[in-house]
Amino acid sequence: MSNKKSSAGNKGDNVRSDCYIELVLRNSGGIKTDLKSKVESMYGESIHELVIDMCRFFNIKNAKIKIEDYGALPFTIAARIETALKRNSPGIKKEYLSPINKKSQYKSAKQRLRRSRLYLPGNEPKYFINAGLHKPDCIILDLEDSVAPNEKDSAQLVVRNALRSVNFYGSERMVRINQLPEGLNDLKYIVPHNVHVILIPKCESADNVKRVDKEIARIMKIKNINTEIFLMPIIESALGVINSYEIASASKNICSLAIGLEDYTADIGTQRTEEGKESFYARSMVINAACAAGIQPIDTVYSDITNMEGLRESVIEAKGLGFEGKGCIHPRQVKIVHEAFAPTLQEIEKAKKIVITFEEADKKGLGVVSIGSKMIDAPVVKRAQKTIEMAIQVNLLHRNWYADN
Amino acid sequence: MTEDQIVYNTKQFNNITIKQFYKMKLVKNAAGRLVPILVNGKKQIPFKGVNKHKPTGHKADPPIRSCLDYPWDGNKVQKNLREALKNAGLKNGMTISTHHHLRNGDAVTNLLFDTIKKMGIKNIMWFPSASFPVHNHLIKYLEDGTIHHIEGSMNGPLGGFASLGKMNGTGVLRSHGGRYQAVQDGEIHIDIAVIAAPQSDPFGNANGIDGPAACGLLGFALVDSEYADKVIVVTDSLVPFPCVPWQIQGNNVDFVVEVESLGDSSKIVSGTTQVTKSPDRLLIAEYVADFIEAAGIMKDSFSLQAGAGGTNLAFAVFLKERMKEKNVKARFMRGGSTKYLVEMLEDGLTDFILDGQTFDLEGVRSMRENPNHVNTSPFTSYNFHGKGNFASMVDVAVLGATEVDINFNGNVVTHSDGYLLHGIGGWQNCLYSKCTILAIPSFRDRIPVIVDKVTTLVGPGELIDVIITERGIAINPKRKDLFNSVKNSKLPIKSIRAIKKEVYEICGGKPAKPNIDKNKVIAIIKWVDGTVLDSVFQVNVVNVESTSKVGSTFT
Repeated sequence: MSNKKSSAGNKGDNVRSDCYIELVLRNSGGIKTDLKSKVESMYGESIHELVIDMCRFFNIKNAKIKIEDYGALPFTIAARIETALKRNSPGIKKEYLSPINKKSQYKSAKQRLRRSRLYLPGNEPKYFINAGLHKPDCIILDLEDSVAPNEKDSAQLVVRNALRSVNFYGSERMVRINQLPEGLNDLKYIVPHNVHVILIPKCESADNVKRVDKEIARIMKIKNINTEIFLMPIIESALGVINSYEIASASKNICSLAIGLEDYTADIGTQRTEEGKESFYARSMVINAACAAGIQPIDTVYSDITNMEGLRESVIEAKGLGFEGKGCIHPRQVKIVHEAFAPTLQEIEKAKKIVITFEEADKKGLGVVSIGSKMIDAPVVKRAQKTIEMAIQVNLLHRNWYADN
Repeated sequence: MTEDQIVYNTKQFNNITIKQFYKMKLVKNAAGRLVPILVNGKKQIPFKGVNKHKPTGHKADPPIRSCLDYPWDGNKVQKNLREALKNAGLKNGMTISTHHHLRNGDAVTNLLFDTIKKMGIKNIMWFPSASFPVHNHLIKYLEDGTIHHIEGSMNGPLGGFASLGKMNGTGVLRSHGGRYQAVQDGEIHIDIAVIAAPQSDPFGNANGIDGPAACGLLGFALVDSEYADKVIVVTDSLVPFPCVPWQIQGNNVDFVVEVESLGDSSKIVSGTTQVTKSPDRLLIAEYVADFIEAAGIMKDSFSLQAGAGGTNLAFAVFLKERMKEKNVKARFMRGGSTKYLVEMLEDGLTDFILDGQTFDLEGVRSMRENPNHVNTSPFTSYNFHGKGNFASMVDVAVLGATEVDINFNGNVVTHSDGYLLHGIGGWQNCLYSKCTILAIPSFRDRIPVIVDKVTTLVGPGELIDVIITERGIAINPKRKDLFNSVKNSKLPIKSIRAIKKEVYEICGGKPAKPNIDKNKVIAIIKWVDGTVLDSVFQVNVVNVESTSKVGSTFT
């Protein structure tokens, strides 16, 4: 065995909830751990036990392991050690997996609300732990743009461990993989590990979706997994916009279609403006493609985290265009997004009236009804029911409103 | 003299061999905590329970002075600090006090001990109202015996120094109110008080609202000015008589010294105070504001106490929105004042600010200009021996803590690794408010804040009503009224045990107990009535050389 040194993780004064590992595999001398930790008196023993257990698991008999710990949680320490080990010996294929957290075993549904999706940089575990407390509809563990190219392997393992260990308090667990073809390689770290939705960035064709779909199916078969995993392609180029309907309808697993404007505006050679004229066509296209395919149209992120009023206006505008969700890059944006997507009291009243009128007509066996001069047909009722459902979910309406009525 | 009965008094440090005061006899107090009955040669009364101890007799009295002994022209200015100390009769083993209104910008305390060192004086007991990182400068004087020990907060490295058992005597930590009480009880006799004053006249009238080192007020120095044998005012802004307002009265002052600078004004008050940007802290702050509203506390003429921690500032901002929306006006707000409280005063959301210390320039300006921004002191606000005090009249106080346990007991002085790192401040005193809320994260990195049992008991759980964390709100079962008032709200009310359980799950199990030596008390924690509530023990340092498995901790 070589005395090659490998490392993983982060160190420095500003590092929190993370650790730095240096590992040397040796021919003799047993396992030597050198631990410096700010939680040493509380969890020093537990960290040592983790190291010993991992060495046993990977059949490592002789190694020097240096750990600089800044209060990393066990799932992070394990991911960092495994990364250091695999960087040292790329031949190792075994995976050190913790059992799936019982509190993380909740399921998702294709039609669930996806008003807010909170991006979390995939190699920054400190942001994961409390993300769900801000109650975004979805959290995204990102393996793509927020992860440095030489840290992709590290992020894959920390995201894998987080999917199994971290309680996101009911938020749907999404992972954004890398652009294809690299993204296909991310899937084996994600698919068997309790993910709900996979985001396909810079999606340009139905073929992109099908390749992801196929790889997911292959992994699910091998790992004997039968939960549903949904897809959310992100349109981020002119070509993607033009092909948006074929993308939206490429797989039955697609739950939503999103647009990413930073890359899109760069692709058409312009810049994002507050007004957004430059992307009106693309956004409308995505909305129409999604609706035509029967899935949710989802808007891009709002990137000024200090401007909450700007965010609110942007969401109201997006809702007006037909979007049903917005990307968040800061937890404080979540509440504003939900408030802005919530139906107005006027909308709720109107929806109630439609549903009541329809139900009464239905009971009487009437086919067509109207309120005033407006005819109430199936699509109108369906939209009203959706508004009602949304109002109930955001606590603007009691679930028993109809009976109470 | 047996080892556990070393008797000395503070005046005689130099006459005894400072060997070990550690081996103290410990008894279990009413809170079930082991505390010494003799500390620094003085008998101690173990904590008897909240509101169970009531000293009788007479207060300590300062010596009689006569105007005949002071210059008729009122000019008490001395050549320099050394001269003033000499004329004040500085001797080995004396007790010297300072205040902490200059916070981390304080240059006066360091100058004071540099001067004492040069004069060859030893074994001073330093009695500050609080210490700051800038006072790390004094560690060398603790090491060389210029300072014998500290009775006051020991922050950061000073606390670390004491935690490792390196301080000669035993530290005594008191609340702001407890410091006043200890002087009035005669438990502490201040030989010389050195009062840094941003503005003074030659007679010794002084205040904190003007001058280059303006810090707002000087309330923490009030007891020192009234009870010390000798009082020295140090200023960098000497104005002709009269200096008004006279927050410190010249009639209590012996000497006045002019120095070039009291310190770094940018560290005395911050230019601007910032609300936390942490989304998790903001979430906690929002829950606090929601709770105060839902519990019906936020109503016309209510009162609150707000600290200056990032979370506490944020809660004030959220509360302000709610008060505006509901058109509610407070009668008074207590606190460390900041621009956020000042804005509420100026926007008409409160009639008064009753200010204990001023944290930013806006606070200083408001105190200078606005008669409704009133300066207070530990006497008005917290003193156990006052005929009442303000703390118990406050409707809601929002405070922090380093640990809280499942019995709602709070710790603010040590961390979970056993190190003494903070002072008590006014925290214990504020627990007497009608509703005491601790706004804290449930864990920091991997350090549980909600625990089975606090490392050090600083606040008895029966006085702590609500714990607000990012993972939920726990209401003390004693406060059924509060529970009933918010039970129909959307607030995430949980039991404290449920929050603790979740925190332990996240952090990877129950934390091991700190590695401390239960035979070596390095400091005691006084309750507001002067009894001993708990002990802080020496932290054992693991020798890095002796084991290849374990390294040293970060401190």
